[in-house]
Amino acid sequence: MKEKIRIGCGAGFSGDRLEPGLILTEKGKLDYLILECLAERTIALAQKRKQQDPNAGYDVLLERRIESLLPLLLQHKTRLITNMGAANPLAGAKKILEIANKLGLKVKLAVVLGDDVFDQLSGQELSMEGHKPLNSYGKLVSANAYLGVDAILPALATDAHIILTGRVADPSLFLAPMIHELGWDKENADLMGKGTVLGHLMECAGQITGGYFADPITKPVPDMEILGHPIVEVSADGSGIISKVEGTGGLITSQTAKEQLLYEVLDPANYYTPDVVADFRSVRFKEIGQNQLQVTGGTGKTQPETLKVSVGYEAGWIGEGEISYAGAHAVERAKLAGEIITKRIGDRFEEFRVDYIGMSSLHGEQLSQGSSPYEIRLRIAGKSKSKSLAQLIGEEVEALYTNGPAGGGGARKYLHEVIGVVSILMNRTTIPSSIQLLES
Amino acid sequence: MSQKLADIAHSRAGDKGNTLVLSLFPLDEKDYPLLVEKVTAEKVKQHLSHQLRGTVTRHEIQELNALLFTCENALASGVTTSLAMDAHGKSLSYALLEMKI
Repeated sequence: MKEKIRIGCGAGFSGDRLEPGLILTEKGKLDYLILECLAERTIALAQKRKQQDPNAGYDVLLERRIESLLPLLLQHKTRLITNMGAANPLAGAKKILEIANKLGLKVKLAVVLGDDVFDQLSGQELSMEGHKPLNSYGKLVSANAYLGVDAILPALATDAHIILTGRVADPSLFLAPMIHELGWDKENADLMGKGTVLGHLMECAGQITGGYFADPITKPVPDMEILGHPIVEVSADGSGIISKVEGTGGLITSQTAKEQLLYEVLDPANYYTPDVVADFRSVRFKEIGQNQLQVTGGTGKTQPETLKVSVGYEAGWIGEGEISYAGAHAVERAKLAGEIITKRIGDRFEEFRVDYIGMSSLHGEQLSQGSSPYEIRLRIAGKSKSKSLAQLIGEEVEALYTNGPAGGGGARKYLHEVIGVVSILMNRTTIPSSIQLLES
Repeated sequence: MSQKLADIAHSRAGDKGNTLVLSLFPLDEKDYPLLVEKVTAEKVKQHLSHQLRGTVTRHEIQELNALLFTCENALASGVTTSLAMDAHGKSLSYALLEMKI
């Protein structure tokens, strides 16, 4: 058993930058690199891609990330744990083997399976959000359970270089290597809580190194164009030191850490993961050097008996159109344009919305009262089960060019399919996981 | 002189389904008691009344000098199906900081 391990987080969401993970692997002296690339809806969208092509459904950036990372991972003996398998971990694994073969590299993979529980759904289950049966929402397209460390640990026990998962709770991606390397007992809820605190601090990558924290007036952060992603050095007692690679941009302080600690936390005394109900209230931060933050405290209660399952459903289409106005009477002209389109087609949509970008599109009328911008962008959005009707929104906005009001410019139109996501709870004993090993 | 929360505090918004989570911290730790006194759950619900349709619960985490507001039924129909520009409500941290104290 090790006394300490170093874990880096190279990506905090599917579309995250590519180079921080490379820099971490090359210079971070890591034992493990984590790439967290799955949001609530990302997996449902991936399930849609898999329906259209059985070899698709893994993360769309997997190929680009792995091509550049793989040689570095092997050279520095850093293991990769990533949920880039998304809706199709086995197809993702085959793609990785293909890349390894092309690069002439020998690589072993462990694929974590079992999160896909779509076949178990009856459609009668009640959603946590609306307490309505699932099939009342629309055609169901996916159901993925949030697996925990129990699913990842068997993969870590092999000699795989890469552990590829589908839906796994984000903090579990970090907690699993802590348990594996530091010899922690899974029954020790206190250590599970402490490790979950560290995992939660790390999982959004640049959000703890000053990225999403930055405000040039009240919270300036240096060199954001080369923002470093975080490393945690975890000790056997469950404390950790968060840092980043020397020479990268960003900032790690108690302030940046506090914002991340409470991010997306509904109740700081009861943070539910598949592994533990963590209590964040006793977490302490101490700045022990420049961009060196010691994290102690935090604890946990027993493992929950249920797992959360994200269920994706077809929720129709959203059409959008935008056009800009500037100068004299810009707001009045934009409002006139909005009224014209509302009168023409507004009542044909299940949901319809007019926004004035630059004035009230983000925080509503109340907070923006009295401000009159020089330029303003009208945005019209509507939702419909019909693709062609949703498409009409953009067409109508574009038609404002000749039909007025005066001076509208820069029209754009957008159309996308909507996959809604709701959640249910399932008894964890009904969701067995397994691993599959592959090598190049 | 009236000032905005933005002058003395920082915040981050997060989402879970249709629930909005807003954290609030003083820029200078000595201002924490002022935040506890002034920024009540009722004040937040009133300040963001255009957005918040459900219960607002305030958690005080004194050891971290932090406040956390859990706002239910706050993100239109929820992140995945909302027509709003900012479906996650990520920019709402700065809506909170517009509050006058």
